Amino acid sequence: METKKSPRILVFSTDKISDPGIDQAGLRKIHYSPTVYTISLPCSSGIKPRWVMRAFEQGFDGVFIAADGHECSYSSRCPEFTNKIIEECQKQMTEKGISPKRIRMAAICSVCAEPFASHMANFTKILAELS
Amino acid sequence: MEEKQKKQRIGVYICHCGGNISDYVDVEQLRDIVGQEENVAVSKNVMFACADSNQKEMIKDIQEKHLDGIVVASCSPKLHLHTFRGVAERAGLNPYNYVQVNVREQCSWAHSDHPDQASYKAAGLIRAGIRRVSSSEALTNIEVKATKSVVVIGAGLAGMRASIDLARMGNQVVLVEKEPVAGGQMAGKGPVFPTNQKGQELVNTLLGEIRKLPKITLFTSATVDKVTGSIGNFKVDIKVNGTPGEVMSFPAGAILVTTGYESYIPKEGEYGFTEGGRVITMKEFEKMVDSSNSSLSYKGKPVKTIAYIYCVGMRQTKGENKYCSRSCCTAAIHSSIMVHEKFKGIKAFHLYRDIRTYGKNEILYEKSSRLGDTFLMYQEKEPPSVVQGKNIVNVKIKDSLTKKRELELDADLVVLVTGMVPRNDSQDIANKLKIPIGNDKFFNEIHPKLRPVETVINWVFLGGSCQGPKNITESVQSAMAASAKINAIIRKDTLELEPIVARIDAEACTWCGKCQEVCEYDAIFQIETNGKVVASVNDPVCKGCGICAPICPADAIDIAQYTNAEIEGMIDGFSQQVDLNIEKGKSGQEGDAGGMKDFPQIWKSIMENLSEEPKTIPQIAAGIQQPSELVTWHLMTMNKYYIVESAGIDDNDEYFLYKLKNQAK
Repeated sequence: METKKSPRILVFSTDKISDPGIDQAGLRKIHYSPTVYTISLPCSSGIKPRWVMRAFEQGFDGVFIAADGHECSYSSRCPEFTNKIIEECQKQMTEKGISPKRIRMAAICSVCAEPFASHMANFTKILAELS
Repeated sequence: MEEKQKKQRIGVYICHCGGNISDYVDVEQLRDIVGQEENVAVSKNVMFACADSNQKEMIKDIQEKHLDGIVVASCSPKLHLHTFRGVAERAGLNPYNYVQVNVREQCSWAHSDHPDQASYKAAGLIRAGIRRVSSSEALTNIEVKATKSVVVIGAGLAGMRASIDLARMGNQVVLVEKEPVAGGQMAGKGPVFPTNQKGQELVNTLLGEIRKLPKITLFTSATVDKVTGSIGNFKVDIKVNGTPGEVMSFPAGAILVTTGYESYIPKEGEYGFTEGGRVITMKEFEKMVDSSNSSLSYKGKPVKTIAYIYCVGMRQTKGENKYCSRSCCTAAIHSSIMVHEKFKGIKAFHLYRDIRTYGKNEILYEKSSRLGDTFLMYQEKEPPSVVQGKNIVNVKIKDSLTKKRELELDADLVVLVTGMVPRNDSQDIANKLKIPIGNDKFFNEIHPKLRPVETVINWVFLGGSCQGPKNITESVQSAMAASAKINAIIRKDTLELEPIVARIDAEACTWCGKCQEVCEYDAIFQIETNGKVVASVNDPVCKGCGICAPICPADAIDIAQYTNAEIEGMIDGFSQQVDLNIEKGKSGQEGDAGGMKDFPQIWKSIMENLSEEPKTIPQIAAGIQQPSELVTWHLMTMNKYYIVESAGIDDNDEYFLYKLKNQAK
C-alpha cells in the first residue's frame, strides 16, 4: 500500500473506565480515525514500556494512553505511576530516534465519547505533521 | 519466561449482529481470510453470536472439533464476556481460553462513516484476538475458604443493628467501639425524629438484644490496631484501652465498617460562634432542650426568641464540605417543634438556604409553619450577620423571599444547624483497611446505586453514615443491607474469585522490593525458594491492577490474561498485512434518504414494524424474527435517542407498547 494512510494509533484503555468511554463513542456514532486500535487493560499504571516499543517496531505512528486519572479505583497514585511509565517510554523512544511527541496521555472517563474522538483527531493531526 | 504451548485449534465466530456489524464490515470476506490462518480450525459467520442457537452450535464445535481456544468478534466485552465464558465452560473448555473482540462499538459503529476501512480494522482486531487466544492460558478461579465471623467497627445504631442481624444469622460477631459506651451519636441523646423516641432509648433497646446474643462480643474503649490476612480470612488485631499493651486477635470472614460521622464544629467567629457566647451548635441545643424542664433558659436568662441558622459548614460552593448533610433541616425543625411543645411563648426564626425535609418529614415542616415559626431565606453569597450583644444576639439577614430586604432581629439564642462531617480518624481507618476515600472524605462504595454497601476491597463493607450523611432510618437500612450481603457471602464454605492476578517468575526475580513498595493492597511478600529470596503474590488479595508489573526491573511480573505474549501478540495482530477486496462505497456508505444512513439494519426493521401501530417487544420480536432480548436492547437505545417512545401498556397489562416518535397513537 503506497498511498499515504492516516497515522496508526495504538490506544491503551482501561477495562472499567476509559474503554467504556471509547465504546460510547461507537454507540453514539461519534467517529474517529479507523486506524486507531485499542487494547484494554485493568489500569494504565500496568502498561509495560516494552509493549509501547513493540507498537513502534510494528509500525504504529503513535501511542495514546486513555488513563483513569484520579478516578482510578486501584490507586490514588495512578497518575504518578502512569507518568513515570511515559517518561521511561520517552527515554527509550529518544534512544531509538522516535519523537517523544508520539506518546500522549489524557484522562478519559466512562462517558467521555466526544473528548476521546477529539483527542484522536488532534493526535492524528500531530502525528501527520511529525512524519 | 518459558515459551508456552500455543493454541492449535482455534474457533473464530464473526457476528453480523443483525446488520450492526455486517452493514459496515465485510464479515464474509473476513471469515474466509481468518479461516486460512494456520491455527484456526473453525471460522464462521453468525447472525447473532449471543443467540441461544449459536451458543449451542459453538458448544458442539468445541466438543466435536476439539477446539482449544475461541474468539468471538461481536460487541463490547462489557456485554457478553460472561455469556461466552459460560459457553466455553459448558463445552468443557477453560473459560479463559476465550477472547472477545469488539468489532461493533470500537469498529463498525465507530467507523460507519468509512465502511471500507472498517473492514481493514476489523481484520486487525480479529487477528489480534486470535494471537491473544493462542497465547492464552487455562486459568482456574481462586478458591477462598470463608470464616463465619465478622468484625464490626463502630457500635453506633448501624453497627449494633448489623451485629444483631449477623449473629441471628449464625455468625460470630466482634463489635468494636472506640468510646467507653456503645451508642455512637445516639448515646445520651434526647428525642429524635420521626418517632420522638429518645436516642438513648434506641441504644438501650439494641443493647438489650445484644446482651441476649452470646455470639456477639462487644468491646468498648477499643480500637482496631491492625488488619492482616486475606479475604475470607482476615485477622483483626483489636487494642483494648485500660489494659495497656493488650492486643487481641480475631479471625474475620468479613469486616463491616460502621464508624459513623462527627458533627461539624463551627470555626471561631463563624456566625459569631465563640466560646461561652450565645451562639451554640445544634448538638448543644438538643442537649439543652432535653435537660430543661419547666422553662428554657441559657446562662441564667430565659430564652424567648431563637434564631436557627441552617447549612452551617455544609453546601459550601468554595469550601471543603460541598455536600448537603441530609438530616439537619429535619433535625432543626423537629427540635423547634419539641421546644414549642415543651415550653410556652417561644418565637422561632429559621434562617435557611433551602429546606430539605424530604419524604415524610415534610409533615414536620408543615407543622412548624402552623406553630408560627418564621422562615427567612438567605443566599450563600450573603450569609446572615451575627453580632453578640450583652445578653442578646443581633442577627441581620437579606431575605430572598422579600426581594432581599434586610431584616433584623434580636435573639436570646442563635442555634447553628450543623451537619455531619467525616470522622477525624477516617484516614487512619481507611489506611488500615485500604478502603478508598471520596472527595468528600467519606468512605467510598463501589457503586452508589448498584453496589452501595461494598467497597473495592473484597469483603470489606460499609454501613451507616461513615459513607456519607444519613439519617437514622437510612443508616440502619444500609447497615442491614450490608449484614445481609455479608451473610450471603460467608454462609458458603468456599468462594471463587477471578484469577486475574499478578504472577512472579521466580527465576527472573532478584528481589529488589520495588513491587512490594508500590502495591497498595499488601499482596506481595518475600519468600525463599530453592535458596533464593524472591517475591510472591497472595492471590486472593491481589487486585490484578498490574501496577507492579512495569516497575519490575527484571520484567519478572505478568498479570494473568495480560501477559507479554498476549499483549504483544495483539500488537502484532493489528499490524499484520491484510488484503481485502473492498469496493469503495460498499453497503452502508451510500445511505438511504432521510438521514437514515447511520442507522443499523435492525433499527430500520423495528421502525418498519412499528410504522402501522404501537406494538410490544414480543410483538416486534415476532414481527422481525429476532430474539426479544436483542429487540429490547435496541429498542431501549432507540428510546434513548428519541426515535421511539412508550405508548402506554397493552390490554393484558403485561407489556409496554412502543410507537415511533411523533406518530399518533
